[in-house]
Amino acid sequence: MTDAQGPAALLNEHSRHEIDHWRAKFPEGRQRSAVIAALRVAQHQNNGFLTAELMDAVAAYLAMPPIQVYEVASFYSMFETKPVGRLHVSVCTNIACMLCGAEEIVAHVERRLGIKTGESTADGKFFLKREEECLAACNNAPMMMIDHVYYENLTPEKVDQVLDRLK
Amino acid sequence: MSQDIVNLEVNGVAVQGRKGQMIIQVTDAADVYVPRFCYHEKLSVAANCRMCLVEVEKAPKPMPACATPIAEGMKVYTKSPKAIAAQKATMEFLLINHPLDCPICDQGGECELQDLAMGFGRDDARFAERKRVVKDKNLGPLVSTDMTRCIHCTRCVRFTAEIAGVQELGTLGRGESMQIGTWVEKSVDHELSGNIIDLCPVGALNSKPFRFHGRGWEMVQQPLVSPHDAIGTNLSGHVRRGQLLRVVPRQNEAINEAWIADRDRFSYEGIYAADRLETPLVRQGGALLPTDWETALEAAARGLKQTIAASGAGRVGVLALPLATTEELYLLARLARGLGIPNLDHRLRQRDFRDQDADPLFPGLGVPIAAIEQLDALLVVGADLRQEAPVLAHRVRKAAVKNKTQVAFVNPAEFEHLFPVAASRAVPALAMVAELASIGRAVAEAAGQPLPPALASAATPDAGQRAVASALLSGPKRLVLLGGLAERHPAYADLRAVAAAIAALAGATLGYLPGGGNAAGAALAGLLPHRDAGGRPVTGAGRDAGSMLTQGLDGYVLFGGLEPALDSGYAESEATLAGARFVLALSPFAPESVRRHAHVVLPIGTFAETSGSFVNVEGRWQTFAAAARLVGEARPGWKVLRVLGNLLNLPGFDYESSEAVRAELVALLGGRHGQAAETAYGGHWRVQGPLPGALAEAPIYQSDPVVRRAPALQQTRAAARPRAVY
Repeated sequence: MTDAQGPAALLNEHSRHEIDHWRAKFPEGRQRSAVIAALRVAQHQNNGFLTAELMDAVAAYLAMPPIQVYEVASFYSMFETKPVGRLHVSVCTNIACMLCGAEEIVAHVERRLGIKTGESTADGKFFLKREEECLAACNNAPMMMIDHVYYENLTPEKVDQVLDRLK
Repeated sequence: MSQDIVNLEVNGVAVQGRKGQMIIQVTDAADVYVPRFCYHEKLSVAANCRMCLVEVEKAPKPMPACATPIAEGMKVYTKSPKAIAAQKATMEFLLINHPLDCPICDQGGECELQDLAMGFGRDDARFAERKRVVKDKNLGPLVSTDMTRCIHCTRCVRFTAEIAGVQELGTLGRGESMQIGTWVEKSVDHELSGNIIDLCPVGALNSKPFRFHGRGWEMVQQPLVSPHDAIGTNLSGHVRRGQLLRVVPRQNEAINEAWIADRDRFSYEGIYAADRLETPLVRQGGALLPTDWETALEAAARGLKQTIAASGAGRVGVLALPLATTEELYLLARLARGLGIPNLDHRLRQRDFRDQDADPLFPGLGVPIAAIEQLDALLVVGADLRQEAPVLAHRVRKAAVKNKTQVAFVNPAEFEHLFPVAASRAVPALAMVAELASIGRAVAEAAGQPLPPALASAATPDAGQRAVASALLSGPKRLVLLGGLAERHPAYADLRAVAAAIAALAGATLGYLPGGGNAAGAALAGLLPHRDAGGRPVTGAGRDAGSMLTQGLDGYVLFGGLEPALDSGYAESEATLAGARFVLALSPFAPESVRRHAHVVLPIGTFAETSGSFVNVEGRWQTFAAAARLVGEARPGWKVLRVLGNLLNLPGFDYESSEAVRAELVALLGGRHGQAAETAYGGHWRVQGPLPGALAEAPIYQSDPVVRRAPALQQTRAAARPRAVY
């Protein structure tokens, strides 16, 4: 594991282990290719969102200009660059899910959590993502994903059960 | 080679290109215009604006000319209905989010988008929805932003990453939310970053100091040459009713390519500083009072004559900035020598003159600037290249990145280089000679040659020193470059002798990078205590700049806006001047430091207001006309010197133009005019240890009086950094 000094010291030991795992997959001199994986690790370490300092840490750890890390982080929708809730709830609204009632699911989640899409609950527990593109679970539409776990064949009642169970 | 030639047809005309070229390079060479925004010949291909779509036979869709390699037998149509339709469609998309604020946009009238919208745009808009608005970014004191106008060509992003070497800008977000920016609030600090203003094809990035000051069609473009570093960067000055309002690059592949330093671009503001002198001043009863030219010139001539009569010509010193034109410096040297004054110098920041007799005719690079890109090895001794000559630093960077030139440094500090450095040694200033000597010993051992006398006392090299030696020996084309820090070093003679010994051992060229824009011209003009014009030796060398500024003389002539303490670095120079009987200053400015000691101040023009020539480190003479009108009653320096020469009854001061002055010096130089410097070291200096004194940084935005007066440059982060003493 690379020693972390300077800005990279913000990444904890576990994160650095994880990033090293991804970095090893790329040829010498192409370590920056691990930036997406590294950002995911950093975001996880920080309970679901990235800060400029964390992105700088990733840049320093992968020896790349910070601006390139900002570019990647701001491009992909799975990275949050402003403080958001801990659990990322994303309801698929692509064509298959939409035809099977995704809009009703979104409206239900909004009502239940008391927030609109793109917002987080006051207790910092839930973050309802603004939009989610197809997650390839059309056979069991409508569906949602919460922190990488799929919940399929949704009805409002099922959504309630899922949300109730989450800590 | 013949298999590298590709034959193709553009609009029915047969043309040839080289294998690997893109369509746009071939059409550009054939003078067939293809519209473009993102393509730039000096940057990588992004192909993201899609404006250069052309029709290629057998291709199902229009192809981007900037990213489509040419192929044998290819038929390209740049103006076919299909091509025009594609270009028009692209233009319509580009204009969807572009504001219609041309009347208040600085780019208006010289905007690539505006021009192409004229050629390819619709006269009505089909887009009735809301246009997006993008927040402006604060990129510092030099570049203004109107990001709503951005069309995302990413030229600026590619410039910072590829040319500057440090990516300061990026494309953030995606789709409609995409923006160019820095993410965290941050200024662009690289010393070449002003070039993004020229690269920006729309009005998103513009010059902050020029903002709302003028329109393209009101100004006349005049050629200028930068006086701020020894490269001789080519500039275009934009002049409105005699006032220089803006400076942009003038492309010259041999010198500055398409780039200029921020110092060259924004220094013009200094010309119109608050302390610009508009009338001659003469001291009367203790106070400097404005007067007319006749009175002032007579007072100047009288003062000089009286001082010489009272104290002797040997008690008068003549000092000039290496920022004046060669013509001015030649006349000044003639005037001084005509009066019998032996003390004249332009090497204000140099400290060690012990080995000056071994100086070349003029300090030169030894190789053409463009040839730096082909070097195999470069050993830089005592230079902070990015501060001393930013455009040259870019060439070195290009060499290191593209040509894999092995660049090594021996410096008093580790500077940030933004390219792969083969080896670097940062040692305290006074240890540099010993450090270099050990490197020399490593070179001698690696080359299997005996130690020359200059390296006799060299210590056994360590691994780092051997690394520098092996970097220097890595190919046949080698250059050892003595920079500004070496020139100002208290043991310059030692340092140069050792560097020269290394160059001789390695079969490398020895080169110089002097401070100031016209040090080469000053040396050729004879503004030196030990050499007359054209390098003719003088009998009995006069005093050097250091001696003149630290040990008092009775009379001084200061030329070119010289501010002794700031331009020489001698804090005591103020006190030295205060003790003089008579001080004549020929200066565009009248700062407190000049007002305090001068008895007569004659207002002269700056580099933009005087006709003349600069000689760069290649020995290249660049002659220019006055671009801007003189301020107030100021006169060109060469005319003032000419009249002064007449008033002092010196023969041969009847020049009618600066060309006549130049012609005289050129005739004097004979075959050496315009020749590259013969920089090989012919001295026999033995290392003797340093003179007293320290080696101090000469910060980039403190380099000369014009730069020091440019407000925008003084607001940069580079200007705020404290001066380093090594």
